[in-house]
Amino acid sequence: MSDVTKARAKAPDTAPAKPAAAAKDPDAPVQDRDTLLKWLPFISSPILLLILIGGWQFAVSVIGVSEFILPAPLDVWRSLVDLLVGGDVWRDIGITLYEVLVGFAFALVIGTAVGAVLGRVIWLERAVQPALVALQVVPKVAFIPIFVIWFGFGTTSKIIMAGILAFFPIMLNVMLGVRSVDRGHRDVMRGLGASKWATFKSLELPSTLPYIFAGAEVGIVFAVIGAIVGEYLGGSEGLGHLVVRSLNALDAPQLFAVIVLLALMGSLLYAAVTLTKRLMIPWHDSVAGQSS
Amino acid sequence: MTTETPQQSPATRTEVPGIQPGASGEAQLEVVGVDKTYQARRGEVHALSNVNLSIGRGEFISLVGRSGCGKTTLLRILAGLLPPTSGTVTADGQSIWRGGKRNDEAFEHFGLVFQDANLFPWYTVADNVSLPLKLRGMGKRARRARATELCELVGLPGFENAYPRELSGGMRQRAAIARALSYDPTILLMDEPFGALDALTRDKMNLELQSIHAQAGATVVFVTHSISEAVFLADRVVLLTPRPGRIRSITPVPLARPRSLETETSVEFQTIVRELRHELDEE
Ligand SMILES: Nc1ncnc2c1ncn2[C@@H]1O[C@H](COP(=O)(O)OP(=O)(O)OP(=O)(O)O)[C@@H](O)[C@H]1O
Ligand SMILES: [Mg+2]
Repeated sequence: MSDVTKARAKAPDTAPAKPAAAAKDPDAPVQDRDTLLKWLPFISSPILLLILIGGWQFAVSVIGVSEFILPAPLDVWRSLVDLLVGGDVWRDIGITLYEVLVGFAFALVIGTAVGAVLGRVIWLERAVQPALVALQVVPKVAFIPIFVIWFGFGTTSKIIMAGILAFFPIMLNVMLGVRSVDRGHRDVMRGLGASKWATFKSLELPSTLPYIFAGAEVGIVFAVIGAIVGEYLGGSEGLGHLVVRSLNALDAPQLFAVIVLLALMGSLLYAAVTLTKRLMIPWHDSVAGQSS
Repeated sequence: MTTETPQQSPATRTEVPGIQPGASGEAQLEVVGVDKTYQARRGEVHALSNVNLSIGRGEFISLVGRSGCGKTTLLRILAGLLPPTSGTVTADGQSIWRGGKRNDEAFEHFGLVFQDANLFPWYTVADNVSLPLKLRGMGKRARRARATELCELVGLPGFENAYPRELSGGMRQRAAIARALSYDPTILLMDEPFGALDALTRDKMNLELQSIHAQAGATVVFVTHSISEAVFLADRVVLLTPRPGRIRSITPVPLARPRSLETETSVEFQTIVRELRHELDEE
């Protein structure tokens, strides 16, 4: 509902004032609820976080859980500050971020291309489908040791892992998207005698974009998993490896601090993808809200 | 009034002289012996059988018939969106199918309005309306001006920047009509364009369509469920019967133009409507 008023407000002054005024009154309570719904997560999340940290502190200081199993929130916080001020962790953050982003970028480009081709060339999709399913059900992290043997302990093996994990959701979504182009919309373009290029630009690309983003939102999360697990199992640097180092030093507060960093990184990357989506497909239902 | 037609004798029966006010006599759209069989999963559907129709330049044809009798099918064949199983369709003497491929040149002056609005959700109303102009290479500013003009014409002033999802069904349909009119087509094919509109808006759109038809001299094929709407607008009303779809009759409407809402109260008008309704009931 709020979108309607926004669109009207943007419209030139010649727009009749009556519908705008008429739209406002009966919708007012709905609008209130909409704004409430919009801000609810920003209110509820801090509360949930507080409850979590409170429960945590409670478990440590009142129930008396061992510090090696569950360090106190304050210790973790101190450890986190030490890490960030100490400076060494920034290099690890940079490395993990690099692996995630490069792997994700490859997955996005290749996944979109392969998905688009498989979506259009039915016989090819039929031909490779069993292989695709097989690849998909194989737990791909099992390949990390092989990648380490092939590509070494450096960043390459992690980039490949991140890329492979992110590739499948993106590719499958794009394949679905290419096939879901509305038949009526196609008729419009055909009726206008539009060229292949014009049809791609005005119809196929925009109608596939929501699917690309749906794939990318899952893909970025998977890419983070791929990079970190890669570092756990065969790394010499990066946040994943820092987790292993903290574990070996039995430094529980630092272990938790790094996990907090990883969670933050994952959230920020996901938020970046979602933000891009909002900017690029503001017209889509997943962005504009379901209420209207 | 009504010319009963045995389905087997084509072509000749449409040549009823002196009753086509808008037409210059020369055929712009020719449908000859068109048959359409769909290959559906449940078997074959014989949608159209031996349809013959010759539509004059500037003529307004209304296509009526029960749901599922093949109106959309015929219109899609005319629009070059569906190849007929057999038979030929020519526009301005050009065959619209060349060796199984759509002959895009023949469609340059076609405007299509579908049963669904089919607006692109990623474009604003203005961009949707002016999409055909964009494809024809018109500049952004000129497009915008034309879009504003068209929105005004179909009663959507001030909605240029709205997205389709913010419009009602009837408003979307009007935007789709504006899109079809954007490049001044000389042949307009419309599939129940006013189905989603309320009676008042519908009357208004009918008058608007009549004046567009008169001004632009466009040839129109107009599918509708409303017999009175069909008669009000048409030079000839084509009645289709189902299973398989064939032309049962072609009724000329010799009412003077321009027609106003008063026309609908005239005895002549009501006689034609009554006869058509009767015929539709007979099946
Ligand atoms: N793509 C298709 N595949 C198979 N059968 C179809 C297809 N499209 C239409 N038909 C069949 O062809 C017949 C005519 O359909 P059509 O859509 O032309 O009817 P219509 O007169 O436009 O109906 P309505 O007034 O309800 O829009 C129907 O029996 C329908 O089942
Ligand atoms: Mg239909």
